[in-house]
Amino acid sequence: MAMLEVKDLKVNFGVINAIKGVSFEVNEGEVIALIGANGAGKTTILNTITGLVASAEGTVTFEGKDITKVPAHQIVSLGMAHVPEGRRVFAELSVYENLKLGAYTRTDKSEIAKNLEMVYDRFPRLKERRNQLAGTLSGGEQQMLAMGRALMSQPKIIVMDEPSMGLSPILVNEIFDIIEKVSAAGTTVLVVEQNAKKALSIADRAYVLETGNIVLEGEASQLLEDESVKKAYLGE
Amino acid sequence: MSFISYLINGISLGSIYAIIALGYTMVYGIAKMLNFAHGDVIMIGCYVVFTTVTGLGLNPYLSILLSVIVCTVLGVVIEKIAYKPLRKAPPLAVLITAIGVSYFLQNFALLIFGADTKSFTSVIPMNNIKLAGDKLVISGVAMVTVCICIVIMLALMTFIKRTKAGQAMLAVSEDKDAAQLMGVNVNGTISLTFAIGSGLAAIAGVLLCSAYPTLTPYTGSMPGIKAFTAAVFGGIGSIPGAFIGGILLGIIEILGKAYISSQLSDAIVFAVLIIVLLVRPTGILGKAVHEKV
Repeated sequence: MAMLEVKDLKVNFGVINAIKGVSFEVNEGEVIALIGANGAGKTTILNTITGLVASAEGTVTFEGKDITKVPAHQIVSLGMAHVPEGRRVFAELSVYENLKLGAYTRTDKSEIAKNLEMVYDRFPRLKERRNQLAGTLSGGEQQMLAMGRALMSQPKIIVMDEPSMGLSPILVNEIFDIIEKVSAAGTTVLVVEQNAKKALSIADRAYVLETGNIVLEGEASQLLEDESVKKAYLGE
Repeated sequence: MSFISYLINGISLGSIYAIIALGYTMVYGIAKMLNFAHGDVIMIGCYVVFTTVTGLGLNPYLSILLSVIVCTVLGVVIEKIAYKPLRKAPPLAVLITAIGVSYFLQNFALLIFGADTKSFTSVIPMNNIKLAGDKLVISGVAMVTVCICIVIMLALMTFIKRTKAGQAMLAVSEDKDAAQLMGVNVNGTISLTFAIGSGLAAIAGVLLCSAYPTLTPYTGSMPGIKAFTAAVFGGIGSIPGAFIGGILLGIIEILGKAYISSQLSDAIVFAVLIIVLLVRPTGILGKAVHEKV
């Protein structure tokens, strides 16, 4: 059974059908990429999975539990962390306070402290800047903070929305290296990206999204070789 | 000497404004709305103290506690019934609703307690202090008011900085969606904010009516508006801003009354507000809001 299963998901914004019946699944331990152009509906799908946006039809099942109607604030304690588009760190709070909020639903103080050390080990720059306000960090650092904050909930699955957005190529590589490490450490990853090449290079499988529909799916390595993908998303 | 005593009276009145302004500023920070019924919650709190102390002979401290409980519950209920259904409505709809709730509370009090002015007996048993050979008299109520205001301010700032619920409030005030992704229950946080603001309103009411011992259904209205002004003055959404705005407003009002004109004192207060907003549109401690790119 898949860890996360999205079935016939439809989402409407007013009269616009943003998502027109999307199905996909994520198995435990996988890195799954959802690629597509701007406006394809990638962010909407993630927001619907974590309850920020209500679906019109379809189901989202996580570890056998139907979470379609579960409110957003109850999702994280089920073991799913969402790194939202544009990082959305709390700019007025310090790096440390942001990370603590990542562990908001947890009560095991000593485990949280261990987790914090782990995050600091993975992102040494966050440790250096732990007392700095998050709003004063650079884009790359904010992305690291958003990821670190998500990891503070000890998620089974981490869903990431455009982690490469607005970052320099060097930082994009760095962020994707970290995603690979997170995956290697046992966390399942669902990543949404416009940077298809980068996403496909780290993913096991991928789905290609076009205006609210999945038009193509398969092994990431095969999609990298697919002529239509190459043409539309890889700029070759 | 008279200047110092005016100043002390101003700080004391300003402390009351500051406590009321906290309710405005916290609710604005978290729920992004102006709760114009806040001043009338104060009035209800005063009536609770008045009825239970004067009418039922209840111990004043118990009565203040009861008033805090009543106002806390009232604030949460108002939010649930009147504002929560409008969470996604345009701000103007919420604003008009708040004004409606304000009129509702005033008329409710009119119906239950009548229009006549009740004379409120101070429930603060503190004698005046005479200094400098009786030339300077500091009222006991004024001192208690200032102390309570400082204690509330420090307690609130500690609560927000040091507790999980406080950090959740900051998170919600900055980004509701991101806060939810952390597991923060936004509705619960908004309720908590209304509860704290309204509980503080009860305390402000007792202090207000102890210093100015008349009580009518409109008692909360003017202090409410002045406290709102104080919140804007200090930078709405900012807790230290509410404190500074409240104190300054109180001082300006009392000094204006003493040295310029007692009829014009309110006009002076609002004129100062207008000038401050012209120079610093975000208020003294307010931060410029950056549009997210």
